[in-house]
Amino acid sequence: MAKILVIAEHDGSILNPSTAKTIACAAGIEGADIDVVVLAADASAVAAEAAQLSSVSRVLTVENAANEHPLAVVLAPQIVSLAGDYSHVFGPSNTFGKDLMPTVAALLGVNQISDIMSTHGSHSFKRPIYAGNVIVSLQAPEDSIVVATVRTASYKAVAGGNSAPVESVSVDVELPTHTRFVGQEAESSDRPDLQTASRVVAGGRALGSAENFDLIYALADKLGAGVGASRAAVDAEYVPNDTQVGQTGKIIAPDLYIAIGISGAIQHLTGIKDAGTIVAINKDEEAPIFEVADIGMVGDLFQIVPELTEALG
Amino acid sequence: MDKILVGLKRVVDYNVRVRVKSDGSGVETDGVKMSINPFDEIALEEALRIKEAGGANEVVVVSIGSSEAQQQLRTGLAMGADRALLVTCDEAPDVLTCARLLLEIVNREQPGLVILGKQAIDDDNAQTGQMLAALWGRPQATFASRIEIKGDTATVLREVDVGMETIEVDLPAVITADLRLNEPRYVKLPDIMKAKKKPLEEIAMADLGAGDSPEIVHTAYEPPVARERGVMVEDVSALLAALKDKGLV
Repeated sequence: MAKILVIAEHDGSILNPSTAKTIACAAGIEGADIDVVVLAADASAVAAEAAQLSSVSRVLTVENAANEHPLAVVLAPQIVSLAGDYSHVFGPSNTFGKDLMPTVAALLGVNQISDIMSTHGSHSFKRPIYAGNVIVSLQAPEDSIVVATVRTASYKAVAGGNSAPVESVSVDVELPTHTRFVGQEAESSDRPDLQTASRVVAGGRALGSAENFDLIYALADKLGAGVGASRAAVDAEYVPNDTQVGQTGKIIAPDLYIAIGISGAIQHLTGIKDAGTIVAINKDEEAPIFEVADIGMVGDLFQIVPELTEALG
Repeated sequence: MDKILVGLKRVVDYNVRVRVKSDGSGVETDGVKMSINPFDEIALEEALRIKEAGGANEVVVVSIGSSEAQQQLRTGLAMGADRALLVTCDEAPDVLTCARLLLEIVNREQPGLVILGKQAIDDDNAQTGQMLAALWGRPQATFASRIEIKGDTATVLREVDVGMETIEVDLPAVITADLRLNEPRYVKLPDIMKAKKKPLEEIAMADLGAGDSPEIVHTAYEPPVARERGVMVEDVSALLAALKDKGLV
């Protein structure tokens, strides 16, 4: 039987939606018994949220002032001290999980699996490589612990309605002080979060300037959508880094993705392949984005986008 | 600090569209252009800039792989690295083994800083730096977009999902380079000539004794399920109608 520990991602007060998707992956393994661990300074609010998620057997809390900010080198030894009771340890494949899970795996003396996109039994997985151009099937050894990150775009969050017990656990490990949190600048935005938005409007280099991105924001606001961008638009400093979608940016799966002035490099396409419907607006009819778009329109974005925004009333 | 160690991985070039072998046993790499992993190039550029600003005396590049990886190490030397090490092996080892081999190199070279790319664009794992830091018992600062070194600490601006995070780490440490850390320099012809004379030492993997790790077996390779090309619309009203059809607006 698979006994799976899922590492909760949170900001100290709210559970990140990535956790419910990571649990969904774990729950796809037959006979999975899933615990969630919340490592925090004060875990109460986050643990209460995690306890509501279906498929969760128990929520464990590890409270320590050192856990106020998620530093991998601080969290990892605590996770390792709990891992002995589990056959699998899962985290989300985003900057939180990618930073943390290899550290956990190395301390446990095992390899780590990145970006699980599907499970085929308890030790067989598929994951994308080469920017999603190739899917590889993996067989992990049955006699050692599986440490993995889950490609959250491949999973729908598990439902709520559960009331799993919350148990406080204490771990007795020495925590390093060689790594210190200094600060965080969150990009302040009232728009939906790119990674969880059901609709995303994204712009590329063809926008031509940061000012012209206002066209993207106006359409996004009309649709209640999150805003994304291609690497080219980010490199040109039209938009902040955290809007980048693709192999080295965010992997997203909105119901609707509208790509505007984005040619569709393979590295970008890997970030949107799980989107429900892809709409592409581009002046170049040969742009690769049209090969994957469900609805395509060739034309001048500076005419089309305002017209579309207007028409949406 | 005395020395910065930088990892360079030989990978299929960024611009190559890779194909799965017809028998599903792997990825076609015969006759395909190979390059330094782009994130590793950024890592090297950063190390060179630190050295050029007087922050280090020497930049050493290391690769793990077949003797063909000499090409990438020579490119690294042409960019400005002082010395190269190649841990030779026939088949690419798993990530944990790579991290253990790098730790052996670290123990030998005693660098004040190790900079690696945040991920390799072939396996997209994004694990090696974190594993090395864990095995070494030293700090890690992943996805770095700015590095400032003062005395025995480095302040690193990291690209995280919610925005930017700043952490401070004691040196020695492992830092992994993100896209926007810098723009790597172009290699000039005279530097390629000079690089031929720089030292490149080969070390057999077996001589480093990385030990065995539980192996994750790659059982099959396949192309992804392709999305199908959809419909093209002529004007905004047709676009809206198509979206309404799908219940999206």
